[in-house]
Parts: sequence; structure tokens; C-alpha cells
Amino acid sequence: MNSVILQLASKYIRWILIIFSVIVLVRGHNAPGGGFIGGLLAGLSLAYKGFAYTPELLKREMKVRPEGFMALGLALVFLSLWPGLFLKTTLMEGVWFTLPMPFSEGLKLGTPFLFDIGVYFVVIGVSILFLFSLSNEKKWK
Amino acid sequence: MLNIIILFFILAISIFILPNPLKSKKGIIIALAQLAAFVWFVAKVPTITPTNPETLIYNWIPQLGLNISFMLDGLSIAFALLITGIGVLVFLYAQSYMKSYENNTKFFFFLLLFSAAMLGLVLSENLIQLFIFWELTTILSFFLISYFHEKEAARKAAFQSLVITFLGGLALFAGIIVIGSIVDSYSINVWVANAAKIQASKLYMPGLLLILLGVFTKSAQFPFHFWLPGAMQAPAPVSAYLHSATMVKAGVFLLARLSPALGGTEQWTFIIPLIGVITMFIGAYLAITQTDLKAILAYTTINSLGVLTLLLGIDTLLSIKAAVLFLFIHAFYKASLFMIAGFIEKKTGTRDINELGGLIKSFPITFIIALLALLSMAGLPPMLGFIGKELIYEAKVESPGFGSMIFIFGFLSNIFMFAVSMKVVYKVFLGKTKQTYDVPKIKNIAFVLGAGVLVLLSLIFGIAPKLLGKWIIDPAISVIYSEAATVDLALWHGFNLVLALSALTVTLGFLLGLLIIKKQWIEAKWQKFNNLIFPVKLPEVFSMGLEKFVTFSVDKTKMLQHGYHRYYILTIIAFTAILLWIQIYVTQGWQFNLQFTFKPFYISGLVLIISLATLFTVLTRSRIAAIISMGVMGYGLALIFLYYSAVDLAITQILSETLIVVMFMLILQRLPMFSKLSAKATKIRDLVVSILFGAAMTMVTLKAINVNLSTPISEFFMANSYLKAHGENVVNVILVDFRALDTLGEVTVLVIAALGVAALLSTKKIKK
Repeated sequence: MNSVILQLASKYIRWILIIFSVIVLVRGHNAPGGGFIGGLLAGLSLAYKGFAYTPELLKREMKVRPEGFMALGLALVFLSLWPGLFLKTTLMEGVWFTLPMPFSEGLKLGTPFLFDIGVYFVVIGVSILFLFSLSNEKKWK
Repeated sequence: MLNIIILFFILAISIFILPNPLKSKKGIIIALAQLAAFVWFVAKVPTITPTNPETLIYNWIPQLGLNISFMLDGLSIAFALLITGIGVLVFLYAQSYMKSYENNTKFFFFLLLFSAAMLGLVLSENLIQLFIFWELTTILSFFLISYFHEKEAARKAAFQSLVITFLGGLALFAGIIVIGSIVDSYSINVWVANAAKIQASKLYMPGLLLILLGVFTKSAQFPFHFWLPGAMQAPAPVSAYLHSATMVKAGVFLLARLSPALGGTEQWTFIIPLIGVITMFIGAYLAITQTDLKAILAYTTINSLGVLTLLLGIDTLLSIKAAVLFLFIHAFYKASLFMIAGFIEKKTGTRDINELGGLIKSFPITFIIALLALLSMAGLPPMLGFIGKELIYEAKVESPGFGSMIFIFGFLSNIFMFAVSMKVVYKVFLGKTKQTYDVPKIKNIAFVLGAGVLVLLSLIFGIAPKLLGKWIIDPAISVIYSEAATVDLALWHGFNLVLALSALTVTLGFLLGLLIIKKQWIEAKWQKFNNLIFPVKLPEVFSMGLEKFVTFSVDKTKMLQHGYHRYYILTIIAFTAILLWIQIYVTQGWQFNLQFTFKPFYISGLVLIISLATLFTVLTRSRIAAIISMGVMGYGLALIFLYYSAVDLAITQILSETLIVVMFMLILQRLPMFSKLSAKATKIRDLVVSILFGAAMTMVTLKAINVNLSTPISEFFMANSYLKAHGENVVNVILVDFRALDTLGEVTVLVIAALGVAALLSTKKIKK
């Protein structure tokens, strides 16, 4: 696509979307949102650029390959399973602790959150990989 | 215990990223780790008593009887000492042996992983966990046999051993479940405690047979023995470690482990000794006519595995004593012989004993070590092997049941074993020098160190067997025999029947050996005779059967896997519809409680819009219109979700809908023009299937409205979401906490699907 408006807009909207996706991810445990939605948003933000220019350009400029995102995500997901086994009683049991923060009661962090971050990255990777592979073929029959 | 296994796994991965100066010292680093583990186990020896095994239990999925549980008792510590102790020597040996190969990191990676898996196997207390480690060793054995995968023979042998041991593994798994269902537990301790209940059950026999199938394939028992000689394609350290000292003993280990729970019955003392005797005899008999040094060792290993199985099957205190002792004897001499075989091959470039000869001049120290090891194999004093042979004879003589059969075949095998040992000594080390060998470029010391240590142990324990007996053999026997037992080992037993038997064996063995060495034609005639009485070659039969099986399944698969996307979808939808209709037909009390409540006009309007959009998607002839109207359906659904305050669902729906539309837009311009190609009949067929499916879904939905479970699970989620899982958003808590296992599966599937799509779409079109 070759629209200047779209290309210029993508520059800013992309970052807004990414920041928004992180917010959605973080607040997910207590308010609508979470890793899946956040990941889709972040994936969309990248797709936006691919749409405004060409997917090839996006592919060239991305430093991490989509498979990398997927691998990172899966690794985080699998990592989050183990603390439950060693610190509590069973595999996958949630382990929580509170990070003391100034001016508030503290930030609650736990393995489910880590799990969610993993989902976030997996979804980003998957959506971009779909995008890339679909735009791969020169001509469809 | 678990720490050691985990550390091994971590070390195995981290050898890929070793800094440069350490890169060439991988074998030594791993050997040090093995040594540390060995020392740890040695330190545990005095603390382990039969009544007080050390256990370690973590819950894994307790609802399924699955726990991560380890047990360190007399039996497992004996195996753990073998695994880590021989591990030290094998890795030191591998350091020298693998030096000349590029990219040997993979080799060390697999070998160390194997060592970890094998440790996990012998330390497991839960049988499902044991099975997982069991399969892990099978897979790693496959990778190690096929290490020189440029060679076709190596690939073939690896595949053969993989298929055979996998089939056995499958049977084992089934057997574990069958027996486990009797006592409702997979814990070995529970099995042992409920031995009487298990043995009285109807399921005992099928369960036992299945487990034995696993044991026999893994430990290369007749008629599955043929994979072991094939496995000699592996590098020498692998043969020394996996195929003599550890992995092939896994089956024997399991027999010993389950003996208190399953053993002692008529079936046990009939089937196991029978297979053991056949294996023992075939191994020894076939070893004689082999000319490949490693093949000779492989067949003698088959013989030894047969002996071990036989002894555990006889199931008397004496036979168990003999089995545990022989386990060590065999590991000592066979591992060292394999190391020496590898050394000779490295130095001379051949393993064919007809091409070797006179090596005593070039390698005198190696000769002494090999001679001592072979003495142990032949069962001569002062080696540990002598004590073992005496004890085995004693056990065989006193064995109940068909003792005389066992005795005769045991006697014959021992004669063959003696002759084989003699033949190897003569042909390889004595005799005429056949060629000149380029003597030491590499340091020999590293090569013979491992073998030397093992032979020395064999000698020390042969002279002072009580050392081994009190600390290691006794606790192991007590576990297998399930009551405290001691064993009195001595080199000299006095003049008795057994000693006379030994003397007779040695005399006859010597005569046979002499005959083979002096008269070449005997061996050739013998070989011919063997070909006559064994007209079918098992490995060939096996590979032929496998080929037939593969062609058969390819044919059958092609019927279903035709490669047309539209037919796949048609098949899936049609079958789902049929299944649903069958269920609808079968289900009794199918009443509908159709109470329509009118929703506000905007919801009814939405439903109308969605329906119209659906119709439009089907009927339109413009692709872009179809995609947009599908978008309308999706967003409309999202709005309905929102109305019922399912915010998360709505957001997800909107986002994925957007993503799908974007993706469609990307490829839309590349598609050919829309054209109507379907024939009328096709259209009608599709319409019928669609209507069937749609109607079934409608029926199910209507039914679902009226199903009232006594307490919906949502209430539990609502109540516990914040208290137990620290989250106010119930949907998210379900996804990442309550139902995290589902999400884990979904995420994994998503990744696999994405990789599959990428692989499919990036393939270049193959021209036919």
C-alpha cells in the first residue's frame, strides 16, 4: 500500500498501540485485559506498519524474528510452572509476592503474571508469523 | 538425587556455550561432574539400610497418581554407583576417543543426557516417572547409535533398535497401567506392599506379560536380541556405556525392582528363566563364529543379559545374590573390553580379528588389561568373574523347576564363553603380526586408563570380595528379596561339586578354544552350519516386515490424507454433524423449554444484522465484500458479548477480527479473479452438509440452555478468584491460574500451528 497518511500515522499509532498493549497486559489480572489481548494489540501494531508499507519492509526492519517471540513466550510460560513445585506443593501452583513500592501498598507479582507475559509474547510471535507467511508467496493460485 | 539429575541436564545444555579454552575439555569437565555425583552416592552408601531408604517426593499431578518421587535404596544405589562410576571413566575415555571428530559437542550432549536419564530411571519410585526416563534412554540411545549418521548401516541399526525398544516401551507402559489399576497406584512401594493382591488378580498375567515385553526388548533378550549387535555401529564409548554397562541393564533393573511385587509366582519362575536360558545360550553360541571384535563383545553381552534375566527369574536367595554380583562383574569387564576394542580400532583401523594379530608387541599394557578382563569373562581366578561363575553355578544347580535344563545350557554357554575369550586373546594379541601399525601418536594412557581402573577393581574385588559384598551387594539383595540378607563371598570355596564343574568347564573350553585357533576350517564349517540351522536372519525379517507395514499404512493414509483443503473441511464438518445427530437421537428426555424473552431492540437488531451479513457472505461474488461482511459478523458478535458484560471476550473478538481482516487484505490483491467453478451437485452437497451441521449446532445450543448443573463452576471461580488467585478479573484468572493447564496447551498448539503455517506457505512450489 502506498498511502502517505497511513505511513505517517503508523509511525505514531504504532507506539501508542504498543504502550497500550503493555498497559492492557499489566492490568489484566484485575481489569479487562491480559496477555492474549495485549499480544493481539501488539501484533496488530506491527501488522499496521506492515500494512502501511509492505510486510517485507517490516520483516527487514524487525530485529527479532517472530519465531524468537514465540520461543521467548513459551520459555516464560514453562518457566512460570516450576516455582509452584519447589516453593509450594504442586507444579503450576501460583506463587505470589508483594514488591514494596513507595506511596502505595505495593505491587503484587506472581507466577500467573509471568505466565501471562509468556502468552503475550507467543501471541505477538504467532500473529506476525501468520502475517509474514501470508505475504510470502508472490502469486496465489 | 533430583539435584544431580537436574545438574546433569543443565550441564548438558551448557556445554554448547562453553568458552573457548574449555571447549576442547568437555569430556574432562563432564567426568568431573560424574565424579562428584559418584562421590555423593558413595557417601550415601553407609546411611542406606534396607528398612530406611531415602525418599524424595514432590507432587506433580497427585489426582492421577503421578508424583515426582525418587528413592535411594540398596538396589538403586548399586545402579547409581555403576552409572556415575563408569560414567567418569567413559567420559574420560570419550575425551580422547572423540577428539578427532568435528562438532563432537552433540555427542557429549547426548551421552550426558543419557547418563541423567539413566540415573532418573534407577532412582524413580513412581513407575510412570520411571517409564518417562525409560523412553528418554531409548531416544538417546537412538541418537548415539546413529552418531555417525553418514553411514547407512548406522542409521539402519539405530532405527531398528529404536523401533524394537519403543514397541517394548509401549508394552511396558500398558503393563504399568494394567498392574497399577489393580492397586490404584503407580508407586513401587505400594506395589510391593500389595504384592499378594496383585498376584491374586485376574489382571496379573496380562500385566506381567506386557511388562516383561518391555524388559526383554530393552535388555536384548531372545527373540529381540538382534538389535544389540546392530547397535555396535555406535562409537566405542557409547558401546561401553550404554550397550554393556547401563542401558541394556535397565530391563534387568526393572525385573529386580519389581521382583518383590510381581515375582515368586509360577508364571514368573517359568517365563523369565526360559527366555533367559535361550538368550544366554544363543549369545554364547553365536559369539564364537563372529569375526568383528565388537560383535563378539555384543554377543557375549547378550549371553550375560540372559544370565542376569535367568538368575532373577529363578528367584531364590542364591540366584539373586549371583545376579547382583554378576551385574557388577559384567559391567567391570565388558565396559573395559569395549574401551579396548575402541582403542584397537582407533590404532589399527580395523575391528576384524582375522586382520589383527600380534598386538602384544605394540601395546603390552593394553594386552595385560585385556587379558585380565577376558579372564574375568572366562570366569577364571583370581578375578571377580570366577566368584561370580561359581555362584551362578551354585544357583543353577540348586534352582527349583526345570533345573537340569538350565544347568546343561549354562554349562555349555560357559564352555563357549571360555573359548571365545581364548580366541580373542590369541587372534588379537598373540599370533602373527599381520600389518605394521603406526604406534602412538595419541597418548595411550588416556585410552587404557578407564579399562585399567575397571580391571583393577575386578582384581581387587576378586581377591577381597567382602568389600563389595558388605556395602553394596547386601543392601541390593535385601531390596530385591525384600528381607535382610547377607552374602558370603570368597575366592576359595573349598573342594566341592561347583569347583569340579568349573574345572571341567575350563578344560572343555580350553580344548574347544584350541581347536578353533589351530584349525581354521572348523570355524568356516561352523559358520556354514549356523547359516543352515538359522535360515532366517532376524534383522532382515524385521526390516522387511517394517517396510511392508509402512507401505500398507501409506496406502491407507493416502485415502484420508488426499491434500485437498476443501475436502478436509467437508470431512470434519460432516463427521461432527453426524456424531452430533447420533447423540441427539440417542439422548433421552429431549425437551425444549422454549421461552423467548425479548431483548432490547438493539440486540435483536444486531442478531438480524449478523444473520444478514452471514447470508451476504455466502451469496456475494466479490471477495472484498465477503471479507467485510465477515467482519460485520465478528464485530456484531463482539457487541453481543459486550451486552452480556463479557468485556474480555468482546475485546479479544474485536482484536482478532481486526487482525483477520488485515491479513485478508494483505493477500487479497494476490488472489486470482473470483469465478464460479463448482458444479451444481457439489453445491447441493455442500448445502446439505452445512444445513445438517447448522441445525445440529442449533439443537445443541437450545439443549444447553436447559441444562442446569446443580452448582455452576462459575460460582467457585467468582468466590475464589481474588482470595486464592489474587486477581479481580475472573476471566483472566481462569486463563492464567485456574485453567492454566488448558492455556498452556493452547499456547503450545498456537505456536505449532503458526510454525506449520509458516512451513506450508514458505515451501516453493514443486514442479511435477
